Amino acid sequence: MLKINNLSANIEDKSILKDFSLNINPGEVHAIMGPNGSGKSTLSNILSGKKGYEISGEVLFENNNLFELETEERAHKGIFLAFQYPLEIPGVNTNIFLKTSLNAIRKAKGEKELDAIEFLKLVKEKARELKFDEEKLNRQLNVGFSGGEKKKNEILQMSMLSPKLSILDETDSGLDIDALKVVSDGVNTLRSKDNSFLIITHYQRLLDYIKPDFVHVLMNGKIIKSGGPELALELEKKGYENFN
Amino acid sequence: MDKREKDIEKLKDYKYGFSTDIENIRAPKGLNEDVIKFISNIKKEPKWMLDFRLKAFERFKQLKEPNWQKPKYPKIDYQDLYYYSAPKSMNDKPKSLDELDPKLLETYKKLGIPLQEQARLNGIAVDAVFDSVSVATTFKDELTKQGIIFCSMSEAIQKHPDLVKKYLGTVIPTTDHFFATLNSAVFTDGSFVYIPEGIKCPMELSTYFRINASETGQFERTLIIADKGSYVSYLEGCTAPMRDENQLHAANVELIALEDAEIKYSTVQNWYPGDENGKGGIYNFVTKRGLCKGKNSKISWTQVETGSAITWKYPSCILKGDNSIGEFYSIAITNNHQKADTGTKMIHLGKNTKSKIISKGISAGFSDMTYRGLVDINSKAKNSSNYTQCDSLLMGNKCGAHTVPYIKNKNFDSNIAHEATTSKISEEQLHYCQQRGLNPEEAVGLIVNGFCKEVLQQLPMEFAVEAQKLVGISLEGSVG
Repeated sequence: MLKINNLSANIEDKSILKDFSLNINPGEVHAIMGPNGSGKSTLSNILSGKKGYEISGEVLFENNNLFELETEERAHKGIFLAFQYPLEIPGVNTNIFLKTSLNAIRKAKGEKELDAIEFLKLVKEKARELKFDEEKLNRQLNVGFSGGEKKKNEILQMSMLSPKLSILDETDSGLDIDALKVVSDGVNTLRSKDNSFLIITHYQRLLDYIKPDFVHVLMNGKIIKSGGPELALELEKKGYENFN
Repeated sequence: MDKREKDIEKLKDYKYGFSTDIENIRAPKGLNEDVIKFISNIKKEPKWMLDFRLKAFERFKQLKEPNWQKPKYPKIDYQDLYYYSAPKSMNDKPKSLDELDPKLLETYKKLGIPLQEQARLNGIAVDAVFDSVSVATTFKDELTKQGIIFCSMSEAIQKHPDLVKKYLGTVIPTTDHFFATLNSAVFTDGSFVYIPEGIKCPMELSTYFRINASETGQFERTLIIADKGSYVSYLEGCTAPMRDENQLHAANVELIALEDAEIKYSTVQNWYPGDENGKGGIYNFVTKRGLCKGKNSKISWTQVETGSAITWKYPSCILKGDNSIGEFYSIAITNNHQKADTGTKMIHLGKNTKSKIISKGISAGFSDMTYRGLVDINSKAKNSSNYTQCDSLLMGNKCGAHTVPYIKNKNFDSNIAHEATTSKISEEQLHYCQQRGLNPEEAVGLIVNGFCKEVLQQLPMEFAVEAQKLVGISLEGSVG
C-alpha cells in the first residue's frame, strides 16, 4: 500500500529524515516510536503533502508517486492524517466542515454526494459510537474544544472518511484514559484487511489498546530497529537514551 | 491567443459580462441644464421635481470633487458622460411582464433572475432597473391590497407626489456632497417603497440593478419609507456587463423609519470589478443614508461588496428618535487591483440610542481595503452606546488593509466599544482543509465564509446562499 524508499528530508539545510524506508501492506498496523526531534512529525507532514521541505527519495501509495499528488488528491486517494495539533477554523460549523470534506472526497471518487439528511444520520451514528458530544458538532470547528476533544474530533473525521491509510500523529499525547479508549476504539473499528495504519507515538501506552503488527524505533531520522509489539515494551523499559 | 479567444476567456472570468443589444434612447452627452430638463421632460415630471433637480445642479456647480479617500482614480470628465439612457421599447410602457422586450427578459435570465418563475417561487417582489428605467414590477397587486406602494421612482413621482415631495431629499438633501448632489440633479430612476402604518411587508422586496449601455453613468434614486409600526426587508443586487472603460455609478438611497418601524436593507454588489490588471470596472460611489426618525425605530444595513473597481460608500444611520437602533453589517472583498473605502456613520442624536457595526474586510491580490467609520454620540444622546468590530483578513503579501475609526463621544452617560483584528489565512489552516480533501480554492472559500459568518447570517436566506457562492468566486485565483 505504502512504500517509502530512501526518503530524505531537509528543512532550511537541516537534515531531518535520512534514507528512511518503510513498507506498509494492506491491513497492517505500524507504530513508529521515537524521542522528540527524531523526525516523526516531519514524516507525517511529508506524507500528507505539507510544503516547505526539500525532499529526495521515493514514496509510492498504491503505485502512485505521492510527490506528484497535491495534498487534496492524496486525501481523495485515501490518505488521512490525524493532526498532532488540529486547526481551529472560526465561524465554520463542525458539521459543515465534515460534510464539505466527506463530499469533496466522495465526489473525487465518483461517488454520490450525501445530502444533509443522509450526512446527519451518518455523523450522529459515528459520534455515538465514539462517544463524541453531539452538541459539539454544531460548534465552530475546534474553537474552544479541549485538547482531548480536538483529538476525538480527528478520530471522528477519520471514521467518517474511512481512509485506506490513516496516519495518527501523536494522537495519544495529552489524552486521559477515557479519551485514549475512544481513540483506540476508533482505530480498531476501522481496522480491516484493507485498511492500514501508521501510528506515531512517544509512549507504549496507546499500544496496549491498539495492537500493532510492527513497531519501529526512529532516531535521528532513521529507523534503528524494527520488531513486533514486544519492542515497544522493551523501549518503555530502557528508555530511548539507553536503547542503542 | 487571438482577440476573440481572449474575449471569451474574459467572459469566463466574469459570468455577468454580456451586453444586451437593445436600442437605447439617450440624452445628448454632457451635463447642463438642458440635459436635466431633457430628463425631467422625457419622464413627464411635475415642475417641483424639475426645480429640485435644478436646485441640486446649481449647488453641484459650486462643489468640488472630494479626494480624501484612499483609493485614487483618474479624473472623470463629467461632460463626457451620458446621463440618460433608456431601452427604446420602453417608450410604450409595458403593462405586464408578457409585454416586455423578450431580450430584456433574456438578460434577466442570464443574471439568474427570471422574473416570472423565480420571483413567484421565491416570494420576492422584484422591481428591476435596466439601465435607467424600471421595467417591471411584480407582485404589485398583492402588495397593493395591503396598501404597500412598491414601484419605480418615476411612477411614484406621477402617482404619489405627496409622499415623494414630503420625503425626497430629507435624508440626503440637494445640498449634500458632490456625488449625492450630482445624483439629485440627474437621477433617472430607482425604487420607491412606502409601507403604511402597522403593516409588516409580507415578502422581501427586491431590486436588481444593472448597468448596460456604455459610457452611461447610472444614477438611481431609491426612497423607502416605513410608517409607524411597520416593517420591511429590502434586497438590492447589482451586476454590470464588462467594459474596458470605467463606468460611474452614483446612486442615492434614502431610508426613513418612523415610530416603532423597522427597515432592513441588504445589498449584494457584484459590479464588474475590472480585469486582473485593473483595467475597466465600475466606480461605485454610492450614498446610502437612513433616518431613524421616530422613537423605537430601527434601520439595519447589510452589505456584501465583492465587485466594482472602486467601492466608496458609507451606508449610515441617523438615530434621531429616542431608543432607536442602527446596525451595519458589512463584508467587503477586494481582489486583483480592486479598491474599497467603505464603512458607516452612526450619528446618535436621540436618548438611549444604540448602534452596532460589524465589518469584515478581505483583501487579496494587489487590492487595497479601508474600513472608515464614524461613531458620533451627540451631547443630548444620553445613555447611548455603540459596539464596533472590524476584522480584516489578508491573503498574500501584496494587498493592504486599513482601519480608520472616527469616534466622537460628547456624552458622559454613553459608551463606545471598538474592537479590531487583522489576520491572515494560515498555511496550516489551508493544509488542514486540503488534507480533508478540499482544493485550495474550496478551502479559502470555506475559511472566508467562516470569517464572514456573523454578517452572512444577517442576510435573508435566498441571498445568503448566493452571497456565500460569491465570496468563493470573488477570491478565485487568489491562492497559489
